[in-house]
Amino acid sequence: MSFEWPWQYNFPPFFTLQPNVDTRQKQLAAWCSLVLSYCRHRKLYTLDVLEAQESPVFNNKKIERKLSVEAIQVVFEELRKKGNLEWLDKNKSRCLIMWRRPEEWGKLIYQWVSKNGMVNSVFTLYELANGDDTEKEEFHGLEDWMLLRSLQALQTDGKAEIITMDDGKGVKFF
Amino acid sequence: MVVCEKNVLLLLFAKRKMDRFMWTNGLLEMNETLVIQQRGVRLYDGEDKAKLDVGGVVLSTHRLLWRDQKNHECCICIPLSQVIFFEEQAAGIGKSAKIVIHLHPAPENKEPGPYQHSKYSYIKLSFKEHGQIEFYRRLTEEMTQKRWENTPVSQPIPTGTGPKAGRTRAVGIVGIERKLEEKRKETDKNISEAFEDLSKLMEKAKEMVELSRSIANKIKDKQGDITEDETIRFKSYLLSMGIANPVTRETHGSGTQYHIQLAKQLGDMLQAPLEERGGMMALTEVYCLVNRARGMELLSPEDLVNACKIFESLKLPLRLRVFDSGVMVVQLQSHSEEEMIASALDNVSDKGSLTAEEFAKLLGLSVLLAKERLLLAEKMGHLCRDDSVEGLRFYPNLF
Repeated sequence: MSFEWPWQYNFPPFFTLQPNVDTRQKQLAAWCSLVLSYCRHRKLYTLDVLEAQESPVFNNKKIERKLSVEAIQVVFEELRKKGNLEWLDKNKSRCLIMWRRPEEWGKLIYQWVSKNGMVNSVFTLYELANGDDTEKEEFHGLEDWMLLRSLQALQTDGKAEIITMDDGKGVKFF
Repeated sequence: MVVCEKNVLLLLFAKRKMDRFMWTNGLLEMNETLVIQQRGVRLYDGEDKAKLDVGGVVLSTHRLLWRDQKNHECCICIPLSQVIFFEEQAAGIGKSAKIVIHLHPAPENKEPGPYQHSKYSYIKLSFKEHGQIEFYRRLTEEMTQKRWENTPVSQPIPTGTGPKAGRTRAVGIVGIERKLEEKRKETDKNISEAFEDLSKLMEKAKEMVELSRSIANKIKDKQGDITEDETIRFKSYLLSMGIANPVTRETHGSGTQYHIQLAKQLGDMLQAPLEERGGMMALTEVYCLVNRARGMELLSPEDLVNACKIFESLKLPLRLRVFDSGVMVVQLQSHSEEEMIASALDNVSDKGSLTAEEFAKLLGLSVLLAKERLLLAEKMGHLCRDDSVEGLRFYPNLF
């Protein structure tokens, strides 16, 4: 399934950081949603800034425009403020992209658990993310760190409890 | 031996002497450096051969010395400061080349020398063994640099105080000659000074401005003596030169008569050009246009700005406007900014996108003004920009 680019993607000014404040706000909002939807589509959970420059998201070869490093940083900062991005290092070279926030994942997982009547059962993390049963679910293939955070969110809500077992972690749903 | 000789000289040559010379031991003082020496030189007192034998002449930074070749203890010198000027005399048949050196009269407190009096005011050095070209060159150098002025030697050498001292004691044709020569040199020096170094010219220009300022102030003080007419004329000369005259501003307040008149004149003059150019002109364009039309009595930039500033208060149909970037324009009052921006948006939408240059061409505006208009439209949110290696383009704001 190919990715559907938004109309801004082919609009050259999209790749220039606009000086007019109002225009810039709209521009950044469009960028944020583009980055998130692209990452969701490709199931990307981490981004490397230098690599990102060459990625099709920030580099539209067809109209020969690319977003400058400074502008990319601005977009990432905007995502961070919204809670969709977390820097992995002080130099801001790698980051976690949360096109869905942990709470949202947690909700999805819990919905599946309760729909299948598996409340009160125990799962290993591996089962949840990579098991055959969950193959059709959106959270299938979820990276460990995100899975853990989502379960932690559920835990805070009192809907789950993370257990440490012999060969890893597991979770019990209530 | 030395004393003997001295007495002999004094006795024999009481009348015709080179009286500026002093006896010296021939040793150089501290701070005094040897420049050049030449043997085979005979001294002449004016046109007459000095009754000294052939010797060697030595040029130092401070003095001209001559030493007898046969009798080394016979050495005389003269300070370079005594030299007024010198020239070459070409060799002839049977005659060696010479350097003629004109001197100041001997001062009262001069030390004893080989001659007491001399009727001549110049001496000659005759170069029997050549060497005059180099010697002349070095002498010129030393006389230009005047190094003896910077590092005075301990021995008290009576120094000439310059052309002025010479002038007061000069008599006869020689004196007149000397005066003319000094004047010529002075003029020459001034001219070469002024042209040699442009910064010096600037200083002189500053002096001129100071001078005219002081005259203006004097006029202010003596208001009664000079007629009103003349004062105004003088002030207008100063203004047309571009010299701000504080007098006028104080006496008439801001918005002086001159500026008011000027503003009215500009109001008439600029109507047609402004309409041709779509109602707006950069101030620099106005400046060029106005001064070209005037021919004489040009406007200074300051005057133009001051006149433009009072358009509004005089209810003239023109306005001076300053953009964010600092660009100043004169525009017709009837010129509406909203209209301009709306039309700009139409133009850009029509063509999809425009650069400042393309827009300027389209409207017949200067590129500077075209850019200002596009920037204004962007500020209003009607346009957005595309900045790439291809340049700066403006698009309709679709965000």
